[in-house]
Amino acid sequence: MRKALEGSQAIAQTVALCRPQVVAAYPITPQTHIVENIAKLVADGKMDCELVSVESEFSAASLVLGAASAGSRTYTASASQGILLMSEVLYNIAGLRVPMVMTCANRAISAPLSIWNDQQDSMAVRDAGWIQLYCADNQEAVDTTIQAYRIAEATELPVMVCMDGFTLTHTLEPIDIPEQTMVDAYLPPFSYKRALDSANPISVGTLVSPDYFPEARHAHHHALLDSLDEIVAADNDWQALSTRTAGGLLSVDGAEDARIGIITLGSIYGTLSEARDEYSDLPATKLIKLRAYRPFPVEALRIACTGLTDLVVLERALSPGFGGIVSSEVHAALAGMTDMAGKAKLPKIHSFAVGLGGRDIPLQIYRTLHQQIDVTEPRPFTIIDVELDKLSVEDIGIDKSSREVNK
Amino acid sequence: MIEVRIHGRGGQGNVVAAYLLATAAIDEGWYAQAFPAFGAERRGAPVIAFVRIDHEPIRRRCQVAAPDFLIIQDAALMNIPSITDGLKPDGNILLNATDNSSEASSAHTDTEADNRLVTLPATQLAQHYLGRPVPNTALLSAFLKLTDILPQNSLIQSLEERFKGDLLDKNIALVKAAAERIPNNLWKQTANA
Repeated sequence: MRKALEGSQAIAQTVALCRPQVVAAYPITPQTHIVENIAKLVADGKMDCELVSVESEFSAASLVLGAASAGSRTYTASASQGILLMSEVLYNIAGLRVPMVMTCANRAISAPLSIWNDQQDSMAVRDAGWIQLYCADNQEAVDTTIQAYRIAEATELPVMVCMDGFTLTHTLEPIDIPEQTMVDAYLPPFSYKRALDSANPISVGTLVSPDYFPEARHAHHHALLDSLDEIVAADNDWQALSTRTAGGLLSVDGAEDARIGIITLGSIYGTLSEARDEYSDLPATKLIKLRAYRPFPVEALRIACTGLTDLVVLERALSPGFGGIVSSEVHAALAGMTDMAGKAKLPKIHSFAVGLGGRDIPLQIYRTLHQQIDVTEPRPFTIIDVELDKLSVEDIGIDKSSREVNK
Repeated sequence: MIEVRIHGRGGQGNVVAAYLLATAAIDEGWYAQAFPAFGAERRGAPVIAFVRIDHEPIRRRCQVAAPDFLIIQDAALMNIPSITDGLKPDGNILLNATDNSSEASSAHTDTEADNRLVTLPATQLAQHYLGRPVPNTALLSAFLKLTDILPQNSLIQSLEERFKGDLLDKNIALVKAAAERIPNNLWKQTANA
C-alpha cells in the first residue's frame, strides 16, 4: 500500500523487513533519520535486532564486519565524512568477502564543509570492492535495499545502496512498503558458509604473502564482474513478486531513434525526465539511468548507447585535476564500439558535473545541456552550473577558453 | 501541479507543515512531494520547505522556484526582499500576522487584486490552544479552507498520523478554530488553474 513516508523512514521500515540481526551506525547528516527510525522501531519492539550505538563510523563498520563474520545479517548507514572514516574497514569487508548491506545517504565531502548532496562520498570508495547501486527515487531505494541483501548473500560481496541525501532521504512522497510475507518469500534467512564458529575455529584477515595476494584480488574482481548476473536476477525475481523493477543494471527511456543520450546516477533522473517533456522543442533524447556502478555494466551500456551521436555524462562528483569520474569509465567502456562494418563508432562523449554540494538542479539544466553539446567536438569536463562571476579573475583558471566564456 | 513554498524560522515547524500537507494530499489519493531546504539548522534562522501536489506522479526534485502559493509563518520574513520571488502572477500569500488582510496587503504587496494576501493570527491562536507559539497547523488549516484542494478532515487525519494524546487534541481544536476565521474557497480559482 502506498503511504506518505519520508525517504529515511521508508528505508528504516524496509531494513526492518529484511530482519537484520545486528545494526550498528553512527549518526551523520543526512543519514541520521534512518538510524533514528531504526532505533525507534527497536525501542517500540517492532524490530528484533541488536542495535549498537558506537562512537564513530570506524567502529560502526568494524562492528558489522565482526557480526557478519560470525554469520549475522547486518546493516549500517553513513554519508560523507562518515564514509571516509569507514573507508579502511570498507576495503576489509569487501576483501574478506563478507556480505552485508549499507546505505550511503550521498553527501558532499569537506572542505569546504557542506552537509548537502552530491556523490563525492560513494565515488571516493568506488574501488573498495563493494557493489554500488544508485537509486533514482525512494521507491527504488526501498526495493534496492531488499534486493541488496539477496545480492550480497548470493555473491558474498557487500552492497552499498546509494541514495541522494536530502533529495531522497528528507523527501516525503508516496512509497509502497512491501508486506513482510513478500520480503520473507524473497529473502531466505542468511547462512554464511565461512561464519566464525568457536567449535571449528578459523582465522580471517590474516597476512597474505605475495604468493597469494594477486589471486585474492583476481578472485574478488571476478566475483564483482560475475555479480552483474545476480543484480539482474535479483531485480527480475523482485519484479515477479512486487510487479516493480528497481532498474536492473541500467535502464533506457526515450525514442528509439534518438541520437542524444544522457547518463545519470541517482535522483537527478526524475528532474531530467520531466524536463524532457517540458522542453519538447529539443531533439529527441534517451535518458540512461545507471543503477549498477560497481560492477560497471559495460555490455549493457554499449547496447544502450548504440546509435547515439552525442552522449552526455552527468556527474555528481569529480576527480580534481582530471574531471569526470563516470565519464572516464564510459569512455573506456565504449572504446571498442563499432558500427555494422566494424568501424569504430563512438558517440561524442561530453562530461559535466552538476549540483555539487547541493546546488539546486532546475529543469532548465536540460536546455543548458542541449545548448552546450551543440558543438562538433566533445566538450571537455565542466562544472556546468558554475557561476564564474562569483570568482576572482585569478581563481577562474588558467584555461584560456574558460576566461573567454567569462567575458 | 500545485506548488507551495513555506517560509518560516527554525522551531516553527516548517518541515512538519510541508510533510503534513503532502501527507494529507497523498491520503486523499493525490501524488505529493514535500522536502526542506535546510540551511544551518538552528532555532530562529529562516528556513524554507516545499510541497508539490498533482494528479500525476511527480518526477522533478528541484526546489520550487515559481510557487502558486506562499505560506509565511513569520510576518517579519516579509522584510526579506526575495521572499516572494517567483510567486506566480495570480499566486497567493498566506501570512501569519495580526494585521487584517487588507492592511497587510497594502503593506506587503504592490497589487490591488483582492485576496492576493490573506492573514491569520496563527501564533496567537497556537499560543491559546497549544500553549506554544507554533503556528504551522493553524496556517495549514487556513490554507485548505482557502484553496479547497483537500477537505479539512484530511488535515486532521494527517495530524492523527503524527501526533498523539493531548497534543493531538489541542491541535485538532486549533485547526478547527483557525478554519472558522477564514472564508471558504477564496483561492479556489488559483488552486484549480
